[in-house]
Amino acid sequence: MPLYLTEEQTMLADTARDFVAEHAPVSHLRALRDANDATGFSRDLWRQFADMGFTGILVPEAQGGLGLGHVEAGVVMEEIGRNLSPSPFLATAVAAVEALKGTAHADRWFPRIVAGEAVAALAIDETPKFTNAISLRAERAGNGFRLSGTKRFVQHAHVADLMIVAARTSEASANNGEGLTLFAIDRESAFPDTDPRRLADASIASCVNFDNFEVDADAVIGEVDGGGAVLGRLLAAGRTAASAELLGVGGGAMDMTVAYLKQRKQFGVPIGSFQALQHRAAHLYAELEVARAAVLKAQQLLDASDEHADGAVAVAKAMTGLATGLAVQEGIQMHGGIGMTDEYDIGFYMKRHRVLAETFGDAGFQADALARAAGY
Amino acid sequence: MTDLDQFRADTRAWLEAHCPPEMRQPVRGEKDICWGGRRAEYRPGQKEWLDAMASRGWTVPDWPVQYGGGGLSPAETKILREEMARLGARNPLNSFGISMLGPALLKYGTEEQKLEHLPAIARGEIRWCQGYSEPNAGSDLAGLAASAESDGDDYIVNGQKVWTSYADKADWIFCLVRTSKESKQGGISFVLFDMESPGVSTKPILLISGYSPFCETFMDNVRVPKRNRVHDENKGWDVAKYLLGHEREMISGMGLGAGGANPLIEGAIATIGLNDRGELADPMLRSAIAMFEVRARAFSAMSERFIDELKAGRAHPAQPSMMKYVGTELNKARHELMMAAGGSGALEWESEASNGGAAARAWLRTKANSIEGGTSEVQLNIIAKRILELPGA
Repeated sequence: MPLYLTEEQTMLADTARDFVAEHAPVSHLRALRDANDATGFSRDLWRQFADMGFTGILVPEAQGGLGLGHVEAGVVMEEIGRNLSPSPFLATAVAAVEALKGTAHADRWFPRIVAGEAVAALAIDETPKFTNAISLRAERAGNGFRLSGTKRFVQHAHVADLMIVAARTSEASANNGEGLTLFAIDRESAFPDTDPRRLADASIASCVNFDNFEVDADAVIGEVDGGGAVLGRLLAAGRTAASAELLGVGGGAMDMTVAYLKQRKQFGVPIGSFQALQHRAAHLYAELEVARAAVLKAQQLLDASDEHADGAVAVAKAMTGLATGLAVQEGIQMHGGIGMTDEYDIGFYMKRHRVLAETFGDAGFQADALARAAGY
Repeated sequence: MTDLDQFRADTRAWLEAHCPPEMRQPVRGEKDICWGGRRAEYRPGQKEWLDAMASRGWTVPDWPVQYGGGGLSPAETKILREEMARLGARNPLNSFGISMLGPALLKYGTEEQKLEHLPAIARGEIRWCQGYSEPNAGSDLAGLAASAESDGDDYIVNGQKVWTSYADKADWIFCLVRTSKESKQGGISFVLFDMESPGVSTKPILLISGYSPFCETFMDNVRVPKRNRVHDENKGWDVAKYLLGHEREMISGMGLGAGGANPLIEGAIATIGLNDRGELADPMLRSAIAMFEVRARAFSAMSERFIDELKAGRAHPAQPSMMKYVGTELNKARHELMMAAGGSGALEWESEASNGGAAARAWLRTKANSIEGGTSEVQLNIIAKRILELPGA
């Protein structure tokens, strides 16, 4: 399969680009932030995503979705990134859908997700810096399980309808996928305590406290002690989507910056005519092009269930973290003083990059995983 | 089974049957690379492999059949490359004729020129070199001065070229000459001539690697028939730019390293060893290598994307500059890390254990990557102007 978008994918990208730019440009994020909005995103916008069919991209056709793949989900993610649109798309329509696909929970949740009526939260992280460690305990109790422990950095947890929780059900070695079980928790039954905190990028993530929290056995996703595979699917999908979003963030920052270089004049000429700035911009372009290829490669391999997909996903997450990190830093530097002002949008790009770079493991985490897989 | 599946199965079977065992070993040094030509010295298996591949047109799989190519579609060409990589098969023929002159002749050559030169390139019979740079025309290539004076049906060529790769081993040269002083870029013509022509002489240049892959080439009243001019008189700059794009693609491929085996990682493990957690025992070098590998693998995806877009006519015309810039900078970084991973052993210059200082010499050779074919800074200028459309200084 050639490493570029097909005609159908390009059409979807054009649709997504126009839609997101019209309905959720950066001013939408700014308005939510300035209003100190307690939800963190617009539910109306989420239902519009459903009307456009975006929420069902990864849901099988038999369950009311479009039955498409990670390339298609990625083109929507990229536009979310380019416009910094606050959205539950990544957690809900990508990561949760991939975790629930083929399990008993799909019938209950997929129609609500497709309709834009359900939002999911992913309770995975426990350490202040992302690791593979999962120590939140799930003990058998009566007809179900009792969960104890704390999750952190859980986006949308305070408003989510569905929470996917990774827990330890047996003491295998502590740092791999064995002995894990994933649970799907429905707010309509019972929900754990959340402690929402606003982050630098104005998004809201919670600490979630499970204090002998009881769930039924039918909340288990897949098999008890078999959660490693489910978590693997969730993380691969989530990292790939985060990579695509980062690509949009980096592309948006670069476009703003290049436009500014052409418009801003000093010494009587556009500052973009100075070779010192031209070379920085050209280097940035190259980094983002390489990152774009890495993302598409990961999406295609994931869609093909290729054995090399995990490696490609790690490369994509690491490379987009690096390239977009450069884009936002060069963005502010090349804008000069105006780039430091809250009134100007480039700072939002820098903040969003930082959150996404940390999500599901940063470039260093991914590089370490790749090194381990390569035997060094 | 689709036609492409069938093609893959047939190709796999044919390669298994025809690729000599020696040609499935990784390339260890310059002598393992087959360049062909009148004076080629073949190692065991090289000639057999070259002839077998050339018989199917697979030294140039995507060239038309009538010019010695395989006539394969982009999808088939990709499958052939994938199957060769799967087998660890070496490239049967490395050639400036294939990577640089061929595409230019296919675009700008007359039918007579194509039939004269392309099949000989495909079969590895004629080895070509490139006469571009001059002592006073480097990054400012269009400032070249070597002159071609008209004399009836011929040109009389005088001047000096420099950094002519393997001029002392090449059979023919494609050369930029000045046919008019009226205009800088618009006074250049692109001509072909035999290196055995009277008046041509070469002098190898000793480099910091201790090798002499480049030469000075002197032209003293060399008679070149006008029918050997490619494209119109004074239109050679168009050909030169087109060809430079292909040269940049070729050089950018260096950023990929070898398929399969990873000499950087294997070398580091061999020299430094693993700790009891299975990590390279030097943690700082381990993280430097791991971060490099992220970029190298991302660039490998970029190369695949670039080739796919190029074949489909979707690549930006200046995209080879981006590939050249990133690929060569990565290759330099890789060799810096290989030297660090090799420790003091990698410093040996002549010993048998070091294979004649192969690591150190290869490391030094890579320093030219970001200079030859247009410096990194020239590539950044091109990206800034032609892709980002930033204003001129």
